[in-house]
Amino acid sequence: MADTDTADRLPPAVRAEALESLLTERGLVKSEVLDGFINRFVNDVGPMNGAKVVAKAWTDPDYHQHLLADGTGAIKELGFAGPQGEHIVVVENSDDVHNVVVCTLCSCYPWPVLGLPPEWYKDPAYRSRMVREPRTLLSEMGLDLDDDVEVRVWDSSAENRYLVLPQRPEGTDDLSEEELAALVTRDAMVGVARVGVS
Amino acid sequence: MSLTLDIEGPAAPPRLNGELVFDEPWEGRSFAMVAALVEGGHFSWDEFRDHLIAAIARWEADPSGDYRYYERWQEALESIVEELDIVAEPEVDELAAAYAARPPGHDHRHDDHHHDHDHR
Repeated sequence: MADTDTADRLPPAVRAEALESLLTERGLVKSEVLDGFINRFVNDVGPMNGAKVVAKAWTDPDYHQHLLADGTGAIKELGFAGPQGEHIVVVENSDDVHNVVVCTLCSCYPWPVLGLPPEWYKDPAYRSRMVREPRTLLSEMGLDLDDDVEVRVWDSSAENRYLVLPQRPEGTDDLSEEELAALVTRDAMVGVARVGVS
Repeated sequence: MSLTLDIEGPAAPPRLNGELVFDEPWEGRSFAMVAALVEGGHFSWDEFRDHLIAAIARWEADPSGDYRYYERWQEALESIVEELDIVAEPEVDELAAAYAARPPGHDHRHDDHHHDHDHR
């Protein structure tokens, strides 16, 4: 196993290729099926799904309520489901509370609404520091919070994946749901940024 | 199906926030192998997650080089298929060594993938 001599391990690219050959030989995976998964996560599943959820919650009070009560169900209603989306809990930002999401043990992430996680989310420093010193880390990432704002850090787990419902920016009353969705960024839905008007 | 990312432009979906999903083609293959094996009922995402957590913890206990998430992912995949007697580690070692010994440029079937992003 990997705890033998990591220095002697062959590069992961050839290990992955070798494993794929062996699994294919055994009839356990098919190249086309793998292509399909990759294509799906590269092209179809990503933060634009979550942005649609957020924009709908901003514009439809019933949906807003449903989303906070049953994240998984409300998200499924918009057609976004799949692996790592079984237990999505939506946490809402307000003037008094700022939510931010981390996965300290690995990099659990709500795939159906955000796609696969970005580099920084998977980084050991993010995973440990967001729990220890969220304000400092958020500030380094460009988000300064007032001292009277309570920061809530949500540690993702096998049981729960979190999605932050950011605050709707001021001056967006005239925007359509679609225009609002275009403002919502992945970082805002992880809780490391605000939604701004571009 | 090609792995080439052919959707360009500022609003290309998962790059909505300016980052590619996979830095290198093998990362996508490794990711997809897990997805396919889960779908095939060979193990669950939660079981894989336990192996991933263990692989990450092993690296963090003795960090060597830069942290690369999908290297840990690949390691977790190798450890779960070994544990479940699907593929033994020495088989992977042996075939990977054979692949690594190929002359440069030989059979680089994934190399048509371009990655023109800023790696951070």
